[in-house]
Amino acid sequence: MSVLKSSPIYDLRDTGLTDSALDRFLTETWKTPSGLYGWLATVDHKIIGRRYIITAFFFFILAGLSAAAMRLQLAVPDNKLIGPDLYNQLFTMHGTTMMFLFAVPIMEAFAVYLVPLMIGTRNIAFPRLNAFSYWVYLLGGLMIWIAFALNSGADAGWFSYVPLAGPEYGIGKRSDFWAQMITFTEVAGLAVAVEIIATVFKQRAPGMTLDRIPIFVWSMLIMAFVVLFAMPAVMMASTMLILDRLVGTQFFNPAEGGDALLWQHLFWFFGHPEVYIIFIPATGFVSAILPTFVRRPMFGHLAIVMSLISIGILSFGLWVHHMFATGLPQMGESFFTASSMMIAIPSGLQIFCWIATIWAGRPIFKTPFLFVLGFIVTFVIGGLTGVMVASVPLDLQVHDTYFVVAHFHYVLVGGAVFPLLGAVHYWYPKVTGRMMSETMGRWTFGLVFIGFNATFFPMHLLGLRGMPRRIYTYPAASEWGTTNLLVSAASLLIIAGLVIFFFNIVLSLFRGESAGSNPWNAPTLEWAMQSPPPPYNFLRIPAVSHREPLWFDGSVLNVVCGLRVDTRELLTSTVADAVPELREPSVRNSIWPFLSALAVGAAFLASIFTPWAVVWGGVPIAIGLIGWFWPKGDPEDKE
Amino acid sequence: MKRLTAGLVALLLSGCSNYAVLDPHGESAGSISELLLLFFWVCSIIWLIVMLALAYAIFRKRPAVSGADLLLGAAEQNRQLTAIVSVCVAITFLVLTGLTFSSYIAGKAVADMAQRGTLTIRITGYQWWWDVEYEDTRPDHIIYTANEIHVPVGEAVKVKLESGDVIHSLWIPSLFGKRDLIPGQHNELTFIAEKTGIYRGQCAEFCGLQHAYMGLTVVAEPRATFDAWRLSQLMPAAAPKQDLQVGLNVFLTRGCALCHTIRGTSAGGRVAPDLTHIASRHTLAAGALDMKPDQLARWISDPQAIKPGSKMPWIDLNPDEMRAVTSYVGSLR
Repeated sequence: MSVLKSSPIYDLRDTGLTDSALDRFLTETWKTPSGLYGWLATVDHKIIGRRYIITAFFFFILAGLSAAAMRLQLAVPDNKLIGPDLYNQLFTMHGTTMMFLFAVPIMEAFAVYLVPLMIGTRNIAFPRLNAFSYWVYLLGGLMIWIAFALNSGADAGWFSYVPLAGPEYGIGKRSDFWAQMITFTEVAGLAVAVEIIATVFKQRAPGMTLDRIPIFVWSMLIMAFVVLFAMPAVMMASTMLILDRLVGTQFFNPAEGGDALLWQHLFWFFGHPEVYIIFIPATGFVSAILPTFVRRPMFGHLAIVMSLISIGILSFGLWVHHMFATGLPQMGESFFTASSMMIAIPSGLQIFCWIATIWAGRPIFKTPFLFVLGFIVTFVIGGLTGVMVASVPLDLQVHDTYFVVAHFHYVLVGGAVFPLLGAVHYWYPKVTGRMMSETMGRWTFGLVFIGFNATFFPMHLLGLRGMPRRIYTYPAASEWGTTNLLVSAASLLIIAGLVIFFFNIVLSLFRGESAGSNPWNAPTLEWAMQSPPPPYNFLRIPAVSHREPLWFDGSVLNVVCGLRVDTRELLTSTVADAVPELREPSVRNSIWPFLSALAVGAAFLASIFTPWAVVWGGVPIAIGLIGWFWPKGDPEDKE
Repeated sequence: MKRLTAGLVALLLSGCSNYAVLDPHGESAGSISELLLLFFWVCSIIWLIVMLALAYAIFRKRPAVSGADLLLGAAEQNRQLTAIVSVCVAITFLVLTGLTFSSYIAGKAVADMAQRGTLTIRITGYQWWWDVEYEDTRPDHIIYTANEIHVPVGEAVKVKLESGDVIHSLWIPSLFGKRDLIPGQHNELTFIAEKTGIYRGQCAEFCGLQHAYMGLTVVAEPRATFDAWRLSQLMPAAAPKQDLQVGLNVFLTRGCALCHTIRGTSAGGRVAPDLTHIASRHTLAAGALDMKPDQLARWISDPQAIKPGSKMPWIDLNPDEMRAVTSYVGSLR
């Protein structure tokens, strides 16, 4: 290995090598060294993606447990089990964690793992940035949960409205931890978005023209663009909040010329696209799973891609429908009603296309397909109640009640978690090389589906009967007690389903049947190599001539040759037609992204306590970045 | 059809109290609940149709095809499906346009009421209670009270909304939808209560520890009763009878007067609810308790046990002082 690395004059290409020789050379070049160093220094998108997924599920469990605690408190009226202080921290941590530490990261994690495999390349673009983003995300998540364990959990809601979260009413350091956690996760989220865009645009396999990009990859690309435009708004807002709290700027203080509503505009300008950052990839899961299990290409491929793009654009025009009660002029509100209704058109179009695909195909009822069906049933309910809350007069009645709680759980759990659970069952064999238990999968689906509906459907009624959100208890005279007890009891079914799900994941690692390369007979490129994929992904870079290469390109894929095997090299291609352009060197493993993330994390954390952290924290960050980018005399790109 | 809907919804909501959105007693809540029923039906029918289509797509009988044709025979299917899906999208568009339009009409009806206000009430939200002031051009006709408003039935009432600390939102489900109280901003809403009754309202924007217990009572009554109430509220508190004098002394000397006002006495604190006529109200502590002597005693003896985090402190009173101050405050009708 050392000979290969230190003498690039070799210039060994993959052209004339046998498969086994090629495998040996590529493994040597692309592998992650074992031991702690390798663990911290790896830049393999599969290892980082897997880590992202596991970490996000870990936060999912924490957020789920806080929800369970809340349901325990709300099960009976006038309950004294959990006081208002802890309850407010619990619902804030639940919302914050689910949105920032689970939903967005796990969608990006699936992109990090799968996009390079689906488009036929050897690693994601900017692999070290990818490693860096994971460590920053992990540190941000750990920080806010450790703060919670120390009774400094954020308590102003996942939306942290000022002035409640501001310097005057937000006590202690609670909202500071919240605001800095946003900064951590958004740095990570933006980094991944940039990687996905660069990867999809420049690293597609030869022949994968825009028209042949799988819908899953499209959905991740559009999600990345939405992240790119939406997240700066919330980063700016959270930075202004922490400046208000830390150095006494007055951005949100009306008494000093600031504006409390400015926060809401900035937050929801991000917050509404956020829903689509979660939902668009989920539709990507659906459009990837569905064709495999109905044994037919997606109907309306182009229409679906177009509707995803229009959802991405329209999602920026809806934010005011979170603010109908703030007293904006009626004319302006009507505009946002119309735009909120409009987004139902592309969403509806996708649903029609999925149903049409099922109609035209021949369904096989495996667990991932069941989750897709469960998704359609529940998401349509969430979409329709979304139409209701888009109407200004209706929203004024149901806004901030349990009706809205029910609505967005139908959209986010029905619309995103169901496809996600389906996706885990679907791609698990690729990631681990083993199948998950089908029996346990069906139990998971049944329990989660029934439990979810029994938990959240009654909440619509609670809202219409006047129960506001975010209350830690309610009087017996309100007559909400029976329904709440039912809701709390039903949530046990969801918990049972998820316990089986996690048990299935762990058990199948040891007991699962061997999967082979393509257990579902799926059409896309990630199923072309063995499972789990080797460090270099593809022995030779495939050349595709269909949207569903594994179905229509014949039993043996065409390949392109000429990449070096003694050093990390990728093939870059043109944006529209994916014509090969360059041999692009890809970076080796490095410890510097990890060290830089530690430095950045330390600076962010210390800045909660003193503004000087921004000054002194800059020094280790500079050292980290200099180490990271130190020129190593790598040769330039080759034609 | 409408009656059927109302019946069905009533069945769903059996056990519904005076909280409900679907049991409207005010003009704006009324037009909203009609809109809600329209949306409810349209959405239910759409969902049912989509589910039937899905079920048909899954379970329809399929002609036997060999494995190879399976993937290739898609072209003519696609033509057929394109037509069906296009029609569905067009229908979606039309339905949404109709819903948007009806929503706009209902919203306009609610907004148009703003022209008709005869009575103006200024409500200021605080953590976690409502300060109430009935505006009048003559300063001696202004009513100060808290956590309860009275309105004449059938008359348009304008409410001016302000906040003294964080963002709150006023919501009386049976009468009108929400409107936020935002620091630095002046909001308004107008409503008409159509039937006499006592309605419960609630803060709807998360505002801190006691967001759950930030209630407002609305009493809608005939004009004559309302005028009588108004006159009684304008009066200062009656001078305490002999046996109640002790209670007033406790009130004035043990800290209560630092925050609370009782007009007609030297208690003039302005950071907590005006107590001049507290015993005439229906609830205590912004709806956390009913206005009854035993509950009043519980509240004064340990406010933090009832509303943890509330700004009302625990005061160390001996049993005699407690009895005296409770009977005095309980006499302030």
